[in-house]
Amino acid sequence: MGLATFKGGIHPPDKKTLAANSPVVASKPPKIVVIPLSQHIGAPCNPIVTIGQEVRKGEVIGEPAGFVSSPVHASVSGKVVAMAEFPNAMGRMVNSVVIENNGKEEWTSLKDNPDYMSLPPEELKEKVKASGIVGMGGAAFPTVVKLSPPKEKKIDAVLINGAECEPYLTADYRLMIEKPKEVVEGLKILMKILGVQKGYIGIENNKPDAVVKMKEAAAGESGVEVLALEVKYPQGAEKMLIKAILGREVPPRALPMDVGVVVQNVGTALAIYEAARFGKPLIERVVTVTGEGIKEPKNLMVRIGTKIADLIEECGGFKEGVGKVISGGPMMGFALSSLDVAVTKGTSGILVLPEADISHVDEFGPCIRCSRCIDACPMGLMPSMLSVLSERGFYEEAKEYDLFDCFECGSCAYVCPSKRPIVQLVRLAKSMVKP
Amino acid sequence: MEAMKKEHDLIVSVSPHVKSEETTSRIMWSVSLALLPATLVGVYFFGLKALFIIALCIVSSIVSEQFYFKIVKKKSVVGDGSAFLTGLLLGMNMPASLWSFSPFTVHVPVIASFVAVVITKQLFGGLGFNVFNPALIGRAFALISWPKFMTIWNEPTAAFLAMDAKTTATPLGILKEEGLTKLMEIFGDKMSLYTHLLIGNRAGSIGETSAIAILIGGLFLLSRRYITWHIPASFLGTAAVMAWIFGGKGALFTGDPIVHLLSGGMMLGAWFMATDYVTSPSMRKGQIIFGIGCGLLTMIIRLKGGFPEGVMFAILIMNCFAPLIDRGVRTKVFGAVKQAKTKEIKQ
Repeated sequence: MGLATFKGGIHPPDKKTLAANSPVVASKPPKIVVIPLSQHIGAPCNPIVTIGQEVRKGEVIGEPAGFVSSPVHASVSGKVVAMAEFPNAMGRMVNSVVIENNGKEEWTSLKDNPDYMSLPPEELKEKVKASGIVGMGGAAFPTVVKLSPPKEKKIDAVLINGAECEPYLTADYRLMIEKPKEVVEGLKILMKILGVQKGYIGIENNKPDAVVKMKEAAAGESGVEVLALEVKYPQGAEKMLIKAILGREVPPRALPMDVGVVVQNVGTALAIYEAARFGKPLIERVVTVTGEGIKEPKNLMVRIGTKIADLIEECGGFKEGVGKVISGGPMMGFALSSLDVAVTKGTSGILVLPEADISHVDEFGPCIRCSRCIDACPMGLMPSMLSVLSERGFYEEAKEYDLFDCFECGSCAYVCPSKRPIVQLVRLAKSMVKP
Repeated sequence: MEAMKKEHDLIVSVSPHVKSEETTSRIMWSVSLALLPATLVGVYFFGLKALFIIALCIVSSIVSEQFYFKIVKKKSVVGDGSAFLTGLLLGMNMPASLWSFSPFTVHVPVIASFVAVVITKQLFGGLGFNVFNPALIGRAFALISWPKFMTIWNEPTAAFLAMDAKTTATPLGILKEEGLTKLMEIFGDKMSLYTHLLIGNRAGSIGETSAIAILIGGLFLLSRRYITWHIPASFLGTAAVMAWIFGGKGALFTGDPIVHLLSGGMMLGAWFMATDYVTSPSMRKGQIIFGIGCGLLTMIIRLKGGFPEGVMFAILIMNCFAPLIDRGVRTKVFGAVKQAKTKEIKQ
């Protein structure tokens, strides 16, 4: 019997050793932070501060506008010096609040409540909401929305995603090694809020020490189970994780809650614990700064709004011949055009790749129908057909090949011997037709 | 900061940012490498003539493709190795007797190569868009245009440098005309027949005779995951069952499947021709249907048709069906239960 997993997927070199053994250290307090008012999926926040205003750490500076939204907090104490549009990692312009750090590190009221588990579920949920917690695996979906399933959807399991299947990244791994108890507490809080008895923590088996640590931390907790999963990308995709752990398949275009499951990332679980116990808002996160192109790979606890250029500097700067700087992992991350982009709640890593390691995609060959992408696709699609149809402009026909079930994991483009930009062609087709 | 890269130097491109090492040309050269054992055995048994024919096919294929790119003013991609592979396969599918100047037959491989690479592949849109296996169309074209030249089979035992060799019939030809008993008589006994077929010292196309050499190449491709078991297994399996049931004289279930599997172009076809990515179905399930179709058609032609051998036409006919099979056998989308039904309702 092999380890639990899903059908399809790929095995890229995991490259985790670059940063895996660097304990999480707090990054230097930034002199200035640029905090985007939209760091999550959903409506951008409305700013509630004005230029010149003094704010403290943890103070709300943007209020959620709508149900699928999440508040934004100041990550330093200091003065609001500007409010303007700044580019985010995807290159879009986002309204942001710029705060100059006064170095005093003054918090808004933070109170330790060790008895947080006795709070009623509604109150715990309120704390998650007020703390601005979003999915920290990268998608940045507001957590409170996941915790508010419609009545007819019966949730019976909470999954903590410790797969961290993106190569290079080690942020979740470090948290599981360094704060396993807190992660388990986060899971317990989630179980309480959702009123479920079963919680699972799924970890890819290339992190055996994390599996051991988490098992130790979960020992004696009723209903909490830690599982080692097969090492295979994209094991950490929500649907694949649910399939591996529970054997359930989320139907096309449905949500995990449709099969009774809520999935949260390891980092999110920690943030939930800190919110429930201390009322600490999400103003910092672990960012793995890594790759062959950076001098000193590190796992840093970084304030939201810190410029990526500051992190690069803190990690010793670039080596010679840098080609690409990526926000996120190598499979689904975004290549940055500027280092003046700020770290957001969804920034799991900064990956620096040397130019020599980059496969340029400006030249690609025809599809030779080798089936590698079909075997690799975790969603059971035909990426070969999607790419050919999109290339020829047959976008409606691409829909017939389940275009909108693709979540752009990149497994197809990874294995393609013709180096076809399949993901890009899929995105193009998606933008040309209605779902 | 000195070491800091200037911003405009950063490369911005779409995810994924890492890719596997595999490339189309590496696949082509690996398949060519896998054909090396069978090629060497062919040259060993049929002599230098065989080598000349194969080289002629490879050179003609590459030159034809270059010529085509020049005429249509397209950037040459001849380095991807696909023209080399087509030439090699075509050469392996030709009789060594074609290296002859009286009667003059060396134009046959040259024209067949042109038909394979330019007409069958490039005119249909180039690599990836051809409907038919180029090498097989090249061979079919030659067989239909010069049926006499294409069916002169040399004895495999000629001296290596000999430019003329005794001609003989292929095992399948003898099987068709005179039956299994006669075939065994010629080779001594059953075991001797099997051994000859396995090793490859029998009449036939240059690269098709040695079952063992082909198998070595096929297993290499399997182990490197360049092909999967689906097409060879279903092709050979179906052919074996058909041969066993219908291949006997008179009574059913008395045929000799081993003779059929090891003779003619069955091994080369099942491992190297039917498994061509472009002209076979992409779905694993579809590949099994494709292989069964190839096996059925091969045996129908061998047992009931006018030709002693049916592998080439069987694969070419199934090539036509590959796109249809892919349409019929779709993947199951993750999480979808009644995919087909909901589709119908939508229309």
